[in-house]
Amino acid sequence: MRKTSPDVLPAEGGLGNEPLLALEDLHVEFGTRAGIVRAVNGVSYTLDSGETLAVLGESGSGKSVTAQAIMGILDMPPARIPKGEIRFRGTDLLKLSEEARTQVRGQRIAMIFQDALSALNPVFTVGWQISEMFRVHRGMSKRDGMAKAVELMDKVRIPAARQRLNDYPHQFSGGMRQRIMIAMAIALDPEVLIADEPTTALDVTVQAQIMELLAELQRESNMGMILITHDLGVVADVADKIAVMYGGRIVENALVHDIYKAPAHPYTKGLLESIPRVDLKGQELYAIKGLPPNLLDMPPGCAFHPRCPYRQDNCVTDVPPLYEISGTRNSACHYWREVLDGDNR
Amino acid sequence: MATTGERILEVRDLVKHFPLTQGIVMKRQIGAIKAVDGVSFDLDRGETLGIVGESGCGKSTLAKVLMALERPTSGSVMINGRDIAKAKGGELKRMRRNIQMVMQDPYTSLNPRMTVGDIVGEPYDIHTEVAPKGDRLRKVQELLEVVGLNPDHINRYPHQFSGGQRQRIGIARGLALQPEIIVCDEPVSALDVSIQAQVINLLERLQNEFNLAYIFIAHDLSVVRHISDRVAVMYLGKVVELGKDIEIYDKPAHPYTQALLSAVPVPDPEGREQRERIILQGDPPSPANPPSGCRFRTRCWKAQEICATEEPLLQIRTGTQHESACHFAETHDVVHVG
Repeated sequence: MRKTSPDVLPAEGGLGNEPLLALEDLHVEFGTRAGIVRAVNGVSYTLDSGETLAVLGESGSGKSVTAQAIMGILDMPPARIPKGEIRFRGTDLLKLSEEARTQVRGQRIAMIFQDALSALNPVFTVGWQISEMFRVHRGMSKRDGMAKAVELMDKVRIPAARQRLNDYPHQFSGGMRQRIMIAMAIALDPEVLIADEPTTALDVTVQAQIMELLAELQRESNMGMILITHDLGVVADVADKIAVMYGGRIVENALVHDIYKAPAHPYTKGLLESIPRVDLKGQELYAIKGLPPNLLDMPPGCAFHPRCPYRQDNCVTDVPPLYEISGTRNSACHYWREVLDGDNR
Repeated sequence: MATTGERILEVRDLVKHFPLTQGIVMKRQIGAIKAVDGVSFDLDRGETLGIVGESGCGKSTLAKVLMALERPTSGSVMINGRDIAKAKGGELKRMRRNIQMVMQDPYTSLNPRMTVGDIVGEPYDIHTEVAPKGDRLRKVQELLEVVGLNPDHINRYPHQFSGGQRQRIGIARGLALQPEIIVCDEPVSALDVSIQAQVINLLERLQNEFNLAYIFIAHDLSVVRHISDRVAVMYLGKVVELGKDIEIYDKPAHPYTQALLSAVPVPDPEGREQRERIILQGDPPSPANPPSGCRFRTRCWKAQEICATEEPLLQIRTGTQHESACHFAETHDVVHVG
């Protein structure tokens, strides 16, 4: 195990009132040949132990890039973080040395990815890949690492774990591969688990198994979980609070019950209304008109204004700040009162 | 959706096995993947039949056999009383005009080197009788307009369009030959949530306008419920339950349907702690070696000895008004999807 000076590493227990993880005005941009792509434009959120935060958004909303910035796995360049803080137990991860960052990554903050087949290495056995966590981070021997791997595979309920230790990823089904990824992620008891679309590639019955497993592991270890998804159903099932992202910004954050009862941003409202519902069968579905914004050419003012039924003149010119609605709730819409009142447009 | 009761598609005992072979010089068949194994259903003009099931249950193979892209091992696919599975040459070509397809992935199902006009107009190259040469441009522009695209964009390439717009191009191509049946294989699953609703609305509008019949294959149960008149639930190559949308969703009788419905996350956090959830154990077995008797018995909580020995037929069971293939079928309102 590598030596690090303890003063730069985030304290184990955390400092006083600091949340487990806090993002403050995070910006991420990519330099491309076509110009600068501002993928994340000032994202702030907090996460406490035992809490599940769902980050909801469509492709290109910046939800995955934010997660990769937290993990420190962005390719820099082309990516740059010109501004912002990622505080983990009070320490800004962006100011840590790469060596200290490595100590946090995987051990204290872990991540599971959408596509387990491409996230796992096809030429090593799963036992080898899981035990690698212990060999690299804990300095264990090969034999001890393998024993730990069996324990973990049992924990994520892979049947006949000992016999399957020397199998390769392609020999497992999609659901089982996702379990192997989860086993690797929880191997070192992380305090934060980031799950980036963990069940999008899976069938519903397998999705239910995986979500139940994640909830159970979270209850056991009290870790904080960031669930990145576009599925409003999964969010409603497991989240404590939600951050809705659009065009690289958070447009609404709230506790899960509040947002489903009465959304305070027209985008959230549109998403919720476009879900097919039993009582509206045979009628036309509500559809948000237009297309998601092009990150190279963001609309001025509010990024949602070209698609928004509540648009007024100032939406085209003024970027809405995150208005505070209550202690637990914000909306980045100049007209959140009208949206919240259920003014239908 | 007005169904006139006029039957246009009759599928009977459809079987599609893919041989598993061993050896290079002396090829021997050592088994078969039983992708579709005895499927029967009907479709009326203007009706939508939803087909749901998990990956590997045979729903996409079924679509290919219906389109005559694959020859069935046995069984028949009667379109307007003629069997497309046995048709050849000119007759097959004529029959294909009547059944068209919209594919899942609008990124790979459109040729990146062809303009939109060429893609949508390509069916006319094969079926020249539908649109005479001079008339083609006008027809293609009309089609683009019908699916909500700008007809002036006829010379653009697929990469210049977003996912939702590309799916509209795929739909326009499907409509080009004025078919009576369109097979939609996961038409919205590759799209963003806010775009899905636009495409579903388009499909419904086109159905009303042209009196189309849809075979709508999807794994998203709430989307299927919204668009379908009837729903077939597939498991390992067989239809395990078939009925009107209300019957399947509110009174599912087959344990697999019940588990499937209960696994769908409900987009409403209210009462989530009390919700009944049936979590199935394990994965579906391999279609190369399906379990004897009832194929679902290895994951079923109701399974008894009879399930291993006797295959349950798809028929109306006591206490239900629709067909299900379970010895112990019993209606049970699990949850309301969507």
